[in-house]
Amino acid sequence: MAVATVAPAPAAIAGGGEADTRRYAAGVTQIVMGLVVLFGFGLGTRTAHGASTTFGMTLVSKEGTHVPDWVFPARPAIVALAAVVILLGVARLAVRLPRTWRLAGTSVVLFCFTFAFMAWSAADPKGGERLVLPSVLDSMVIAAVPLVLGALGGVVGERSGVVNVAIEGQLLFGGFMTALVGTATHSLWIGVIAGVLAGALMGLLLAVLAIRYLIEQVVLGVVLNLLALGVTGFLYKSLMQTNQNSYNNLTPFTTVRIPGLASIWVVGPVLFDQPLIVYITVFLVVLVHLGLFHSRWGLRTRAVGEHPAAADTVGIKVLRLRYRNVALGGAFAGLGGAWLVGNVGNFTESMTNGKGFIALAAVIFGRWSPFGALAAAALFGFTDALASQTSSLQLPIPSDLLGTLPYVATLFAVAGLIGRVRAPAADGKPYVKG
Amino acid sequence: MSDKSELRREASPQRAVVGDGRAKRIVAGIGSANTVTVTVLAFVLSVVIGGILMILSDQHLLTEWGYFFQHPTDALGDSWDKVANGYIAMFHGAVFDPHAKQALRPLENTIVDATPLVFAGLAVAVPFRAGLFNIGGQSQLIGGAICATWVGFTLSAPMPLHVLLVIIAGVIGGAAVAGLIGVLKARLGAHEVISSIMLNNIALGVLVWLIKTKAFHDPHRQDAISKPVKDSALLPAIHGSSPEINFSTVLAIAAVVASWWLLSRSSLGFKLRALGSNPDAARTAGISVPRNQVYAMLLAGALMGLVAVTQVSGTLSASHAMTATLDNGIGFTGITVALLGRGKPVGVALAALLFGALDAGGVAMEASTTPTVPHDVVTVVQAVIVVFVAAPKLVQEIFRLRDVRRGDVKSGGGATASVAPATAVDSAAEAV
Repeated sequence: MAVATVAPAPAAIAGGGEADTRRYAAGVTQIVMGLVVLFGFGLGTRTAHGASTTFGMTLVSKEGTHVPDWVFPARPAIVALAAVVILLGVARLAVRLPRTWRLAGTSVVLFCFTFAFMAWSAADPKGGERLVLPSVLDSMVIAAVPLVLGALGGVVGERSGVVNVAIEGQLLFGGFMTALVGTATHSLWIGVIAGVLAGALMGLLLAVLAIRYLIEQVVLGVVLNLLALGVTGFLYKSLMQTNQNSYNNLTPFTTVRIPGLASIWVVGPVLFDQPLIVYITVFLVVLVHLGLFHSRWGLRTRAVGEHPAAADTVGIKVLRLRYRNVALGGAFAGLGGAWLVGNVGNFTESMTNGKGFIALAAVIFGRWSPFGALAAAALFGFTDALASQTSSLQLPIPSDLLGTLPYVATLFAVAGLIGRVRAPAADGKPYVKG
Repeated sequence: MSDKSELRREASPQRAVVGDGRAKRIVAGIGSANTVTVTVLAFVLSVVIGGILMILSDQHLLTEWGYFFQHPTDALGDSWDKVANGYIAMFHGAVFDPHAKQALRPLENTIVDATPLVFAGLAVAVPFRAGLFNIGGQSQLIGGAICATWVGFTLSAPMPLHVLLVIIAGVIGGAAVAGLIGVLKARLGAHEVISSIMLNNIALGVLVWLIKTKAFHDPHRQDAISKPVKDSALLPAIHGSSPEINFSTVLAIAAVVASWWLLSRSSLGFKLRALGSNPDAARTAGISVPRNQVYAMLLAGALMGLVAVTQVSGTLSASHAMTATLDNGIGFTGITVALLGRGKPVGVALAALLFGALDAGGVAMEASTTPTVPHDVVTVVQAVIVVFVAAPKLVQEIFRLRDVRRGDVKSGGGATASVAPATAVDSAAEAV
């Protein structure tokens, strides 16, 4: 039964290996998607009787330029989108396209499919159902921040050859310490610093056990997650639950409005009226990208991750660099944990709820690059936001199934679009001198 | 077993000591960093760390430690009481309770708790030997549970046949999900860790949805729970009253024996181990890498399906029905059990027994201590044991143990016997 939700997968599986079979599989999948858009969304009862789609364009919760609702007739729009998808699918089947064209085609198909879904979900013959687009984007940013930070932590560690499956534990422990220290000192920002340090400490623990004591790194990560879950759960129950006010009570982050930019049409309030950590996250992505690919540190990190013996020969301190990078990665994840807590104002048991694993997926999915991780986290955040924002729209799809949308999308992306990825050559392999 | 460990043995400087009297050898063995000593010391260390956590969580004790230099006896005595009471309560809950009417009742609880962990541990250990990391236990368990429960409440069959059908359904459900992960990896190169994580969440969503649908939801209940399986689908009890030791424990023992045979005696097992040790060499030798990867995952899924059967048709869930919390972390616990068991079926069984005892004891401790010591301390103890067992060098350094003479723990050079899916596993087990 569980398999039924991913039923189209076997069709895609048939296309492994040969370029031709892969092309047919992609074309057929795209045509099927087009037919789903046509009959499922375009010609269904939801869009009947001249129903129109209403997209809200103004974020009510934040200041910004008021933009009137975007209303358009649902059926013609969705049918047009379906036609585009089907045509692209047929083109894919019929013609051997160069790589860039294939990518562009796939992107257009995905965009049309998503937009058609949104248009369908916000269509209502009686009027009244609406989907607020900036609200979807705002939830996307909020959901993506911890994933980006966690994934960034993973990237820095894995580029130097240490697999970090403990992102979940680092997020959790970072969040816990943020709540504890932040409440004790009555300062959210001291809490955030404590969270960052706690994450770095978890990273250091991972580094010592993996580098010095040579524990198999993937398994070690799982065990450290368990450790973080146990310690935070135990202390949460014995300290925080009984005495919420003195251990676990913070004033949530306030947004920092960037004058001018924040009044940009639709996206302004979403991108330029957010808590400080959102800007820090974007800054860190750029910084890590520049660092990895345009600095001495990055060159050394990549050398150590690809061929530690060669790096050692030219005098790079392999182990020291790995310790530093894994601890730095832990600090990033700790900041992610601080964000989770600072966003709502308190810590709850196992509040990361698998986000660390999603971040791990984003590391691999984003091909071990900061911008790749950002894109993967954005994809996940967007589908997550879409699922949660449309769950109130009385869709014929049960909300529990809609909630699996981000995971299904990631699974498809990993299986269909990305395919085989290549990890840094020495990823997960301890370096023993001599 | 492997050439590598032979070499190590020859190279070991303490080689000359072998050949002294047997008693001397045993004494020397206890003081060296062999597998048994390391495991026992790892357990001791984890208990100490668990104790420290208990003290840290008690506000009254923290105040007493605050004036430690005025009245050291207060802090020391009360801390000792707190930790001792906690662990005694655990022992009473897990092994033997002299005050209870049935003094060995706790041991039964331990076996009941350990049974699903045996399957879950094997479900990680088997693919691990083939070089695959099965982090998708949750999805496989849910897949198995959905099939097993459906067969359990829709079909009508006489008792042994119905149970058999439920078991088969559980195995098929679990194997189907795991097989999908295997196929995605083998054919499309999708990283099994990502697809497993995604499938865990997808399976959970499907489960939560299913137990609210007309086909599955129990009309007599308000909450989200499936219909209970029929009485004819329940695993027969062997001993005790609810929760009882039932047929699933026999199945678990059979699974351990079968996995041992499969891994160390069968040709499939040989291929899987070859794949885990060196995929390139295996390919050169004519072993189909994708096919055997899928087989390894199918086996893992089947084992996780058996966990589902013990959950639904066994007595762990009192209502014999599916709920959203069906998994209860077993999929992930299986990973730690497999590591503690060093990837060997018998080791997995012993590790599951220890974890089962800790779980049963933890529940009893939480119920009988005031102020309550939360059950989560058990999670910490479990994680810490595994860390120490996986890092024999760390234990060796803490207790200043001598290097072991045989090939299981090589120090100095740095290579240790972890469950790395290579020859290390074989050489580690050899010394036991």
